[in-house]
Formats: sequence, C-alpha cells, structure tokens
Amino acid sequence: MSSVQAWTLVFVALSFGLYIYIAYASRVSTTSGFYVAGGGIPAPANGAAIAADWMSAASFISMAGIIALSTNGYGGSVYLMGWTGGYVLLAMLLAPYLRKFGKFTVPDFVGDRYSESARLIAVVCAIVVSFVYVAGQMSGVGVVFQRFLGVNETLGVIIGMAIVFLYAVFGGMKGITWTQVAQYSVLIVAYLIPAVAISQHLTGIPVPQIGFGQIMGDLNALQAEFGLDPYTGAFANMNMLNMLLMTATLMFGTAGLPHVIVRFYTARSVRAARFSALWALFFISLLYTTAPAIGAFSKFNILQQIPGTAIGSEPGWFKSWQEVGLITVDDLNGNGVIDVAGGIGKGFELAINNDIVVLATPEIAGLPAPIIGLVAAGGLAAALSTASGLLLVISSSVANDVYYKRINPQATEARQLMVGRITMGFAILVAGYLGINPPGFVAQVVALAFGLGAASFFPILFLGIFWKKTTAMGAAAGMAAGLATTLSYQIWTLPIYGGSDGILGISATSFGFVGMLINFIVTISVSQVTPAPSERMQQLVEEVRYPGRSELVVAHADGPLDDGDLELDNR
Amino acid sequence: MDATRRQEYWRRNLRLMSVLLVVWALVSFGAGIVFVEPLNTVSFMGVPLGFWFAQQGSILTFLALIAIYVWRMDKLDAEFGITEYEEEVHGS
Repeated sequence: MSSVQAWTLVFVALSFGLYIYIAYASRVSTTSGFYVAGGGIPAPANGAAIAADWMSAASFISMAGIIALSTNGYGGSVYLMGWTGGYVLLAMLLAPYLRKFGKFTVPDFVGDRYSESARLIAVVCAIVVSFVYVAGQMSGVGVVFQRFLGVNETLGVIIGMAIVFLYAVFGGMKGITWTQVAQYSVLIVAYLIPAVAISQHLTGIPVPQIGFGQIMGDLNALQAEFGLDPYTGAFANMNMLNMLLMTATLMFGTAGLPHVIVRFYTARSVRAARFSALWALFFISLLYTTAPAIGAFSKFNILQQIPGTAIGSEPGWFKSWQEVGLITVDDLNGNGVIDVAGGIGKGFELAINNDIVVLATPEIAGLPAPIIGLVAAGGLAAALSTASGLLLVISSSVANDVYYKRINPQATEARQLMVGRITMGFAILVAGYLGINPPGFVAQVVALAFGLGAASFFPILFLGIFWKKTTAMGAAAGMAAGLATTLSYQIWTLPIYGGSDGILGISATSFGFVGMLINFIVTISVSQVTPAPSERMQQLVEEVRYPGRSELVVAHADGPLDDGDLELDNR
Repeated sequence: MDATRRQEYWRRNLRLMSVLLVVWALVSFGAGIVFVEPLNTVSFMGVPLGFWFAQQGSILTFLALIAIYVWRMDKLDAEFGITEYEEEVHGS
C-alpha cells in the first residue's frame, strides 16, 4: 500500500466514523424529525447543511475541470453565476414563505396550495430529478474509491451505500442535517488546503481568489501558443444568447430543486430561513470563488508540464490517471511526443477527463500524501451528503405525499416512519444499482435536471405565493406545458437522441428558461379563465406573506383546511 | 396587523426585493455577459473586468444582496412589531 493509499484510508475511516457517530447521536422517532429535523435547525448549521446538500460530486470533483478544460475558461462562468445566483431567488422569493407554510415536502406545498393531481405530478418530478442526480453521486463515490484506494468500483459504491444507509435510514433528516454539517467541514477544508498551497506555490499569494489574477497573463499566452482560445476571452465556446439562457436556467433551476427547497422547512423559523439562505451562499461561495482559481492553476500547470513531453516520460500523476483511463493519449502524428497544439479534448492527442482536475490537483502541484488523502475524503463527503439529501426527498415524497396523503391517511406516526425508512432503503438500493451501472444518459440528464426544475417547479411555487389568483387548473396546465416543451426540446436537441440544432441554436441545457416562460404564460392564462381559488385559500396565501405567528397557518399545518377554519379567518 | 398595515408591509417588502433583483440581474446578465466585452478592456486584479465579474464579482455581489435583504427584513419586521416567529413545524 502506497503512502497516498494509507493516508486516504485514514481520512476516509475517520470521516465515516464521524458521520455514523453523529447519526447515532441524533436518531429520530417522529415523522417531523424524520422529514424536516423537527424544523429546529439553527440558521448557520442549516446553511452548512444546504451547502453540503447542494454541492455535489459535480461541484467538488468536476466543476473546476469543466471550467478549465471543456470551455476556454470564460464559458464555465455560466455554472459559477447560475449555481450561486439561484440563491438570491431562493432567499427572496421562496424560502421565507415556504417556511411559513410549514410542511414537509415540495409536493406538500403544491398539493395543499393547488390540488391533489398537482401533488402527484410534483411527486413524479421530484422523484425523477432526485434519482437522476443520485446516480451521479454514487458513481462519483465509485471513482474516488477506485482511484485512491485501489478498491473495485462496485465495492466502492457498496461501501458508500452502506454508510448512507446507516446514517440516513436511522437518523432521517435530523441525522442527515448534522452529518451534512460535518461533511461540509470536511469538503471545504479538503478543497481549500490544496488551493491555498498551489496559489502560494505558483504566485506567492496564499489567497487563490487573488492569486489567480497573477497567472492569467501567462495562461492566456500559453493558450495562444497552443492554438487555444484566450482563457478570459468572451463567447469562444458559447454565444451570448446561450450564455444568457443557460445562466438563467441554472439560476431558476436551483430555486426549483426539491432537495434544496426542503432544507428551508428544516429552519427554526421564517427569520432563520432567510438567514439560512445567507449562510448557505456564504459557505457555497467559499468553494465557488475558489473553483475558477483551481481550474486556471491546473490548466496552467498542465500546459506547462505536458506538451512536448515524450510518451513514456510523463510525470507520475499523469501515469496514475492514465492507468484508470481518465487521461488518454493518442499519438496521432506518431512522433512519440504529446502535442497539445489544436486543443485538449476528443480527437486530439491528449484527452483529460474533467473529473480529475480537483482530485489530481495536489499531485500535479507535488503536494504531500496526507493532502491527497484529505481531498479523497472531501470528494466522498460531497457525494454522500448530496446523495443523502436526495434520498430523503425520494423517501418523504413517497411516504408522506403518496402513502400518507393518498393511500392511508389513518396511518400512525410509527407506521409512516416505517414506510419512510423502507422507501429510503429501497431508494438506496436503486441508487447503488444506477451508480454501478450508470445509464449512458446520466451525465447529460444531470445538467438537464435544472432545466426541468426551472420549467416545472419554479413558476408554480413563485406564483403560488405572489399571485393569489393562481388556480389549481392553471398550475397543472402550466407545469404540464413547461415540462412537456422542455423535455421534448431536450430530447430533440440532445446528441444521443435527435441531435438537431434546435431553434436559434439554443442548446438543450439552455432551454429550461424558455420552458419556464411558457409555464408562466400558460399558468397565468388558464388562471384567468378558471374560477378563482377559494376565499379561504386566498386568505391563507396572504397569511403566508407575513412572518409573525398566525392561527390560520397553524390550523392549516395541523391538517387540511376545512370549514371550521373559516371562523379563524373572520377573527 | 390590520389590513392597511399588511399592505404597507407587503409593498415595502416587494420594493426592497425589486431593487435587489435589479442589481442581481445587472451584475450577472449585465456585467458578466451582455457587457463583458467592453468591460474586458479594463483590467482588475490582473484579470479583465468582465471576466472577473463573471467568475468572482457576481458571486460576491449575490452574497451582499442576500445580506442586505436579511438585514432590511429584520428592520422591517421590527418596525411592524413582528417579534414572534413560528418555532416548529406542526405535525400533519
């Protein structure tokens, strides 16, 4: 066992032990504890949990690589702006009001505000989006285990499943929340240490956000030398229209993703929900302002070290990633030297998988073995924290919205909990299967999930709060229209299906915003011609807009509205 | 709160939100994308300004916007005498 493997094992074992201990200490016995941690999480902890929930294996492992390798640098800004800008929308437009509404799941809000059929559509959307996402997390776990511990990928996924099972099934949302706080700590430390060390090493400035300006001139020069677009140049990979639409899609999609929204139900109060959004973006921005710096540093190191290297004499880190097939070299011109001229990517002599940039960064920069082990533990923390949040959405949607609300409203608390736990266990099995045998479309569908989130959930959540006259029929028609147009456009333009150029060259990942506008238009139009929601519902929506205590919301939270509540309205 | 006070509270909440969302759109879609090329002619901390906004500046601005929002909403709540908040999720 190499020293890297030994250190990785130490950090992985320590962090897994911590997660299980926390879950044991915060095990639950009530549905409100299981679904929303009893709604009593303080804002800073809730913010850290949102950050860990939100920052998946894609943010931790892939994002810096996507920015540096699959775009010219500037093009990757859509992810940076899109995935953080959504929090502004969440904080101001959704979080406080949904918290005041005080339910367990997103379909809960949709079902109570609109209708039971809208609830079922919402359940299906939530489950599909969550499963697609969770498959990506599980295969991320497999990659980390395989590369750093030499464990077979399948066994890696099974270990990951067992850990999630232990802390999610028994601890429910409460266990998940506190585990995620620990996972956030592990992942951010693991991300920042190598970034600071590399920044110090390359620029003499230990703050990567400042250091990255120091190498930008040289990086642009290197890019030019190898015939690549300038790193900072605008609109090299994507035109302005697609940049705008994709950024907007990721922003509104973020605000529509069920596993993020549910986190605002766990906040202690309306005020804590607002503060949770602030803490969440603070914790997220630590990673999101560092990622572009890591991307630029790695690209700089790669362009300096690799081009012109004779095949067989590459640096050690290069060989170890080549062995697991994440770097491939194809000596097209047969001169025995790796030429980068013409670019990095498929069809060129050198192809580097986006996913290795963060994991390989410490090795590329020659950092010591313990740091490499720590980064591996950080990658696992990012993947497992997001996986557990998603699994909870799946299990609460099934146990609360389908089983309790639709099938057996007489179910006791204990029975609901049991159904929740069984669903969770079953979902973990499916997630593990998808992680071991990832369907080919998973990578694409993850990016598309945001389009679907934006096109289906965001408009009806927003209008449900801000426009009292939104009707159930309007919301159902809007959701159906947004979802159907977005899904068909995506299928039509995706390379693996239709591969068409689409309308105005709008890409599959950018269309969600258009679908959202369609949803808005349909919802508003249909609401105009259908009978307005009941007086009581309009009063409830009004009530949700003010953060203080109110009997109506309390009464509503205790059960479905019935005529008895009218008296409260007239108080 | 009576109906007029409520309307006043909601109106001020919407006004605060609109101002902040205009800034949100201006830094991201504006400085980061639409006006990126003219801004790139200016250098800031070693990188072209438009590029800086797209990769760092917009995120820092978003953070500031939420901070201003929670701070102003706290003041608004205090002004309207809202001191009690729902503490728990009620079982359903």
